[in-house]
Amino acid sequence: GGRGKAFSSSSQNVHISIVGGGPAGFYTAQNLIKARQDVEVDIYERLPVPFGLVRFGVAPDHPEVKNVINTFTQTAKHSRCNFYGNVNVGKDVSIEELQQAYHAVILSYGAEGNRSMGVPGEDLAGVYSAKDFVGWYNGQPTCQELSPDLSCETAVILGQGNVALDVARILLSPLDVLKKTDITQPALEALAESHVRRVLIVGRRGPMQIACTIKEIREMVNLPGTRPEMIAADYEGVTEALKDVPRPRKRLTELMLKTAMETPGEKEQERRNNASCSWGFRFFRSPVEVLADTNRNRTAGIRLAVNKLEGSGEAARAALTGEVEDVSCGLVISSIGYKSLPIDPSVPFDFRKAIVPNSMGRVQQAAGIYCSGWVKTGPTGVIATTMNNSFDTARSLVEDIDSGVLDISAGKPGSQSISTLLEKRGVKPVTFSDWEKIDNVEMKRGEASGKPREKILTVEEMLRVART
Amino acid sequence: IGTQPLRSDNKVTVHFFNRDGEKITVKGPPGDSLLDVVINEDLDFDGFGACEGTLACSTCHLVFDEEVYKKLGPITDEEMDMLDLAYGLTDTSRLGCQICLTKSLEGMEVRVPESVADIRQSKDGSS
Ligand SMILES: Cc1cc2nc3c(=O)[nH]c(=O)nc-3n(C[C@H](O)[C@H](O)[C@H](O)COP(=O)(O)OP(=O)(O)OC[C@H]3O[C@@H](n4cnc5c(N)ncnc54)[C@H](O)[C@@H]3O)c2cc1C
Ligand code: FES
Repeated sequence: GGRGKAFSSSSQNVHISIVGGGPAGFYTAQNLIKARQDVEVDIYERLPVPFGLVRFGVAPDHPEVKNVINTFTQTAKHSRCNFYGNVNVGKDVSIEELQQAYHAVILSYGAEGNRSMGVPGEDLAGVYSAKDFVGWYNGQPTCQELSPDLSCETAVILGQGNVALDVARILLSPLDVLKKTDITQPALEALAESHVRRVLIVGRRGPMQIACTIKEIREMVNLPGTRPEMIAADYEGVTEALKDVPRPRKRLTELMLKTAMETPGEKEQERRNNASCSWGFRFFRSPVEVLADTNRNRTAGIRLAVNKLEGSGEAARAALTGEVEDVSCGLVISSIGYKSLPIDPSVPFDFRKAIVPNSMGRVQQAAGIYCSGWVKTGPTGVIATTMNNSFDTARSLVEDIDSGVLDISAGKPGSQSISTLLEKRGVKPVTFSDWEKIDNVEMKRGEASGKPREKILTVEEMLRVART
Repeated sequence: IGTQPLRSDNKVTVHFFNRDGEKITVKGPPGDSLLDVVINEDLDFDGFGACEGTLACSTCHLVFDEEVYKKLGPITDEEMDMLDLAYGLTDTSRLGCQICLTKSLEGMEVRVPESVADIRQSKDGSS
């Protein structure tokens, strides 16, 4: 985007602004530009760097997942798309101001809030949210102060989704694997010193309800230097229950069963015997309290309530048995979900579901406002899910233009008037070509240490590099 | 004695049916994957091949006729793992980036399935 584009913005064009430069923002932009030749899209992103959770969420040892960046880059460089980083919508510019400047505003700002456990001891040293922990090893500027204490042997992760498994894998991965990724240098150094040897991944319900996907479990099963530590009793009755479930759930459960129950072959047994680390699922447990050490300031363990299942299948509910169980650990990472936050009082927000209420991406009771991505659906699914729901939103918007529901008859100034506002407020956007300077510097620094990139860790330095 | 066949004669013909059911006939050299064919022929299947053939998405999901499916060769656990995330998974589904063209696949028909949100509906970490 930005300077040097042949295309000159025309007042006859349909001007659309997108809030958030993650997968949802880019996929929605891509689809809109393709659908109509008269659409011009401006993406406003809070950080100086684009791509949202593809940069700050996706695990460093999953570089293949990040290939979507190539498609996003093509979109950003399209003559009818512009990227404006370093613009915090809701603070630097309001939604109402965007509405005045554009025919439509699309909210694609993700789910940056965090669900908390709501149990005593949550604030003790040694308790972290997965969101902050992931942000720390992925270079999210706001998470760099975390410096987690990894001096204990056992870590407990609460939650059994893919994020929980990412965290478990990063905690136990051999260093020579991690050091070839774009994990941050401080995280790499901390993990080199880590004493964590055992990771327990705790869930409220049973193996048949686990929320992660099979790829992530297989990676744990195959993780060098580790052996599984499962509890056979957890899998009682599971084999019988498998008969009528769809193939994905069936294959995933069979992999867990095999790992937990089957006597391994000679080679696998030897591998397990030589492993210095272990990991395991703990099912039917909910957190009750994080327990402090005798000085009452550090995590020494966690009290878990023992649950039983009511009902079966996906809909089964965890009910308390009244029993509790204490597990010693020095590290607790809660991975019970992200959640979206309201952006502006003028935009409807469903606090119960923590999403912007919408039908097919049309924000309810707010003509001209649309949404896509995690703020539309809640924090579920993979990038492909986000892609599809972003395409759906783009389709809704184009339908509304065609049917006249979205009024495009009045000329709109688009980025012109917003740039003037931002300048008055002393906010200097980072264009896509500015980002490419940051990108180049990061890749150069990475090359020096055999990594695909060495991320810049502060907004200040990002801005400095962007402006050289 | 035996004139060398034209280069294009070595190519394998593939009939794609896109999401609207429209038939698109293209050719590709043996050894190319179906994802390569989609890219090289500039076929416009929205969102196809997001991870660029690295087995990290399921956006290259394709559905085959049973006889063709049997000829496609073995399927790895890793491909099955990603396929399990595909919307509208069938018994004859494969990932296009894992299928290489061979002469024996000449004239095969391939369907690009509907791409509504994938099956992973449960919230991360909410189990
Ligand atoms: C830890 C983790 C690991 C994951 N791993 C994978 C994986 O391996 N494979 C996979 O397919 N999917 C993975 N996902 C899922 C994937 O990241 C999401 O599907 C996708 O990122 C959601 O896209 P989004 O655009 O809705 O949100 P985001 O990616 O969060 O993007 C939102 C953007 O909006 C910006 N923003 C926020 N507020 C404002 C504001 N006020 N003004 C301007 N901009 C703002 C943010 O800075 C951000 O850039 C993972 C998710 C997490 C959390
Ligand atoms: S392109 Fe991603 S799995 Fe085939």
